[in-house]
Amino acid sequence: MSKAKSSRTLILIGTKKGAFLAESTDGRRTWQLRGPYCAAWPINHVKGDPKSGTIYAGGGNEWFGPAVWKSTDRGATWTHSSAGLAYAEGETPIKAVWSLGGTGERLYAGVEPAGLFESTDHGETWRHVEGLTDHPSRKEWQPGGGGLILHTIVPHPTDPQQLWVGVSAGGVFHTADGGATWAPRNKGTRNDYLPEDQRYPEYGQCVHNFAMGAGSPDRLYQQNHCGMYRSDDGGRSWRSIEAGLPSTFGFPVAAHPRDPDTLYLVPLNGDVLGRYMPDARSAVWRTRDGGATWQALRNGLPQQDAFFGVLRQAMATDGHDAAGVYFGTSGGQLYASADEGENWTTVAAHLPAITSVETLIVDE
Amino acid sequence: MAAQGGGRPDRIGADAIGPGHNRAVRVILPRALVSLFPGAVGELHLDGATVDALTWALDARWPGMRARVVDERPAIRRHLNVFVDGRRATLDTAVEPGATVYILTAMSGG
Repeated sequence: MSKAKSSRTLILIGTKKGAFLAESTDGRRTWQLRGPYCAAWPINHVKGDPKSGTIYAGGGNEWFGPAVWKSTDRGATWTHSSAGLAYAEGETPIKAVWSLGGTGERLYAGVEPAGLFESTDHGETWRHVEGLTDHPSRKEWQPGGGGLILHTIVPHPTDPQQLWVGVSAGGVFHTADGGATWAPRNKGTRNDYLPEDQRYPEYGQCVHNFAMGAGSPDRLYQQNHCGMYRSDDGGRSWRSIEAGLPSTFGFPVAAHPRDPDTLYLVPLNGDVLGRYMPDARSAVWRTRDGGATWQALRNGLPQQDAFFGVLRQAMATDGHDAAGVYFGTSGGQLYASADEGENWTTVAAHLPAITSVETLIVDE
Repeated sequence: MAAQGGGRPDRIGADAIGPGHNRAVRVILPRALVSLFPGAVGELHLDGATVDALTWALDARWPGMRARVVDERPAIRRHLNVFVDGRRATLDTAVEPGATVYILTAMSGG
């Protein structure tokens, strides 16, 4: 019996107007949607802790500022905290939480304006990881289209001292000492918005998202504003894997839960052409060989008039066998595949603009 | 840590009545703020000589509420307005006993 049939699968959905959950108890055949949660605040990332089942939601409200919301009962009730989620007095106020990473014992929150906060008490209180904002390059970071945000957090699977983060547009940074000091990890990634002889700087690239290959801490995949990349040395160097894809532009990256050579991307039609599906025909693109070749996955996805985009945190896989793949669109549609991307179904069609998609499997 | 849930808050809380309230400051909160804190009420009387002191008094009752109203500059959050006896105020604005203080959400959003 597959794991999917003896467990509850949750899709955790962040939107511009609250968090939502979709739940399946029948092996991912049907889904029940619940929400909106978090007082319908703009929620940028909803993430589950697979160990405890706790769900965290990071966002920010125009009136009341940033917060990390939390539910320990699969969404029935929520609390919120921003204790310590503030820069020093006099600094530009934090507008919103953009990304969550890690687990309850060591939970991270990336915020706008770009910075990193850490909680060691399951999101009750937060501490500024000053080492990152103290990096000498900080004053040169430039806001991207979504603002100056820290949007990607990738912890090392076994070494709690190591962490990678992505900043738009500062680039990828890595710490090996628990956040005290940081080093840029952008060699080989391109910035097309600089003069021709300066397009491979040490930092300042517009990283959109990155993910780690399953069980391979040195294997990172990155979607950049300018290209798709792979690293085999923990981000010290990157090489392009964009050949065979319909564009060099997109936002999310989702790694397969077990196979480090399998990756999912959603290339959009380009950064100046609307940023929607190429030719208005939607597809998720999959590689099974670490980015050497790519296959478009379209079965069940709209093949005409698909004028939507997929944002940087809005695609995820699950841990089932076969792996599920999920993505949410800027138009509020949520699509799911229970067979590694071969076939897709619509889970929800009329949600607010989707900012993030994650999964959580609760064994019963 | 603050929690969401519970019933809709009473417009008039227990603090609005009782001895000595005419010496205190009448504070009126927006519903969107009240609903974030279980047990919070939309109107109450507090002691405080400035708007800043009142936000701390709110925080003492409902931990976390000051951070929803005041950012780290520190200042009233950009899309909130505070009025003391009908005049727009800042954290430093002095508040006399018997004054009425409104905390209001500004027009915002889409």
